[in-house]
Order: sequence, then structure tokens, then C-alpha cells
Amino acid sequence: MKNWWKALTVGLLLYTAVAGLLVPVPQLAILNETIRNLYFHVPMWFGMTFILIASVAYSVRYLRQPTPALDIQAHEAARIGILMGCVGLATGSIWAKYTWGTWWTNDPKLNGAAIAMLIYGAYLVLRSSFTDEQQRARVSAIYNIFAFATAMPLFYILPRLTDSLHPGAGGNPAFAKYDLDDNMRLVFYPAVIGWTLLAFWLAQVASRIALLKQKVYEKQFA
Amino acid sequence: MLLREIWYLIQKDFRLEWRQRAALSGMLLYVGSTIFVCYLSFALRGGELPVPAWNALFWIILLFTAVNAVAKGFLQESRGRLLYYYTLVQPQAVILAKIAYNALLLLGLALAGFGLYAVVLGNPVQDMPLFLANVLLGAVGFASTLTLVSGIAAKATNSSTLMAVLGFPLMIPMLLLLIKVSKNALDGLEFEASRSALLTLVALNLIVSAVSYLLFPFLWRS
Repeated sequence: MKNWWKALTVGLLLYTAVAGLLVPVPQLAILNETIRNLYFHVPMWFGMTFILIASVAYSVRYLRQPTPALDIQAHEAARIGILMGCVGLATGSIWAKYTWGTWWTNDPKLNGAAIAMLIYGAYLVLRSSFTDEQQRARVSAIYNIFAFATAMPLFYILPRLTDSLHPGAGGNPAFAKYDLDDNMRLVFYPAVIGWTLLAFWLAQVASRIALLKQKVYEKQFA
Repeated sequence: MLLREIWYLIQKDFRLEWRQRAALSGMLLYVGSTIFVCYLSFALRGGELPVPAWNALFWIILLFTAVNAVAKGFLQESRGRLLYYYTLVQPQAVILAKIAYNALLLLGLALAGFGLYAVVLGNPVQDMPLFLANVLLGAVGFASTLTLVSGIAAKATNSSTLMAVLGFPLMIPMLLLLIKVSKNALDGLEFEASRSALLTLVALNLIVSAVSYLLFPFLWRS
């Protein structure tokens, strides 16, 4: 069966939705039932990181051997990365409203996520400012690699250097320390895998559509 | 071989700059008038600037100066002249020479700007060697990040907007570290407090230069 991983995605996400809302969670002050957002908010960032790594990998492969398909895959992966990032920001913002009391605070992780969105927004703007397709593909691949190599590592280093409201930073204990109990692990890890697979599935479908559109476009002139 | 090519290219850049002094004096005037506008705007409320605002304003002025000064690096060179270089030297020499030249240029501009800034807005710096070392790291970091970005922007149609859009988000992590160290130097904290941030800055400069070195050969071909 070729598409086993798609079946796995559907299964894992159904499991996440049902078990995530029904399985008992530890009752903690302030967090209360909102702790269930862990299954939806945190996997978004895992999914975004992996899909953006995939985008950079496509860009590197494009520079080594330029084919239109690799360029389209890098572009669509970056767009799905932006989508995951925006959903991650939205779920995080709602969570912050009910636990920290505001939609947005000056927290290094929030700022890092916002900057990442700006960088990939700039990537899209850069793509749209070329008329020549080959030049667009090459230059945007270069920017994709450059941006990832220079800025992304810092989003995983800077929050650990400064104080953050997030668990696992600035002296706050990580979730794993005391409140991620075994019941939650049983839902959290499948949720991470499920959302990451969904990101890859979305990117695959999006690049197929883009490739087909390009073929139709070329047929018109044939 | 590579080093000698870099040396010649840096000499060439300085000679060009010296022969058409309009650009150089233009940049100096840009820094000077920006600082003076800031001074006049703050003079309205007594002229005394609180230390955090002094710090933030100084780095924002440097950021905008850097974007403007580096942007002309590749935009100014005509297509024909660039092609001529590529028949003579390796692409790696071109990018390393540009980074070195821009770093020296930005260092000069930053020091001149700091002098004027300290005269009109006061000089609250308590740890001068640390502050100057930080300015040096900042000049090198801005130069290494923005040089490749200016090369990328020069390929597109609306280069001057792209320069800011592509460059700013990439520079935010570096800028945050610089402002933090600069704050420590202003408050005269002991060196230990800024060591990890300084090391991260040095590592960041090395990463950015290495990635530029690897990617530029792909950029100039298009």
C-alpha cells in the first residue's frame, strides 16, 4: 500500500481530536482544561520546523540540479510552513488570553515566531518580484537557504538565553518535568507525528496542483 | 590566490569610493542629518534622553544607515562591470571582498555617527572598550548579512523595497544581541554578563559569512 502514511495521518489526527478532548489531564492551577491545547498548539511548531527544513532541502537540491518541480516543491513547502506558523500563533494567542491574560506579550518565543513569519513573507514577496522563471527559482532558493541558516537557529537559541513565559525557558521548568504525565504523552507524541504528516501531505497536494497548473499553462502555447 | 584577489578587490572598491566622493559624503550626511533630526525631536522635552532610549535610537540609526550604505554595493555596479569581474576572479573573492569592504565602511560610518551622537545627545557609556568592540561586531555582522541580501535584491525588479523587506527580519536576532551587549556596556556591567551574547554574535557572524561564501557562486551565475 503506497499511501499508508496518509491513512496513518488520518488515524493519528482523529485519535488526537478524540483522545485529546476526552482523556483525563492533570488539574493544574491557571492552566485547568486549557492544557489540552498542548496537543494542537505545540505540534504546529514541530510541523512548521520540519516542513521548513524540507523546503530548504528542496532549495539545496534545486541549486545542485535545477528542475521546475524542485522549485515548486520548495515554494509550496514554505507556504505550508507559513500556514502552520499562523495556526500556531492563533492557537497560542487564544491560549495566552486564557492563561496569561493577554493576546500578545513581549515573549522571546512569540517574537521569534513573528520574525519567522516576516522572513517567509519576504520570501513570497521576493518570488513575486521576478518575471523570469529560472532566475526567480534560483534567487529565491538562495534566499531560502540564507534565511534559514542565519535566522532559524537563533529562534531555538535566543529564547533559552532570555526569560520567557513559556515552559522550559528562563528557569521555568519544562512541561516534561512534572506535568506532562504518561496519559498526556500517549496523546502528545502521536499528535506531533500526525500534524507533521498533515503538513507534508498538504505540501504534496499543493505542489501537485501547482505542477498541473504549470502543465496546463504550457499546453496553451503548444 | 584567493587572498590576493580579495585584497585587489577591496583596494578597487576603496579607490572607486574615493574617486566618486559624492556617495561617501552622501552617506556621512545621511547619518549626520538623521542624528540631528533625532536630537531636535528629543530637544523638545529637555534634551535628556533616558539610557534605554539612547541605546535603541543609536542602533536603529545604525541599522538604517547600514541598509542604505550596503544597498548600493551591488545595485551600483553595472551589469557589464560585474561580468568583467567574473571573467577575472573567483566569485568567492567577490563576495568576501564586498563583505570586508562593507564592514570597514560601516565601521567608519558607525564611529563617525557615534562621535556626533555623543556630542549632541550625551555620552552615557560607562564601559567604552566593550561598547566599541560591540560596534565592531555590529558593523561586521550587518555587513555580512546585508551584502548577500543586496546581491539578491539587485537581481529583482523593485530592489530598494526588497532590500529592507529581506534584510530587516534577518537582522533582528543580531540586533537584539547587539542591543543587549550595548546596554551592558552602557550600564558598566562586568564582562561576564555579556560574554555569552558576544560569543553568539561572533558565531553568528561566522555562520553568515560562511553561508554567503557557499551561496554566492550560485547567485552571480544567473
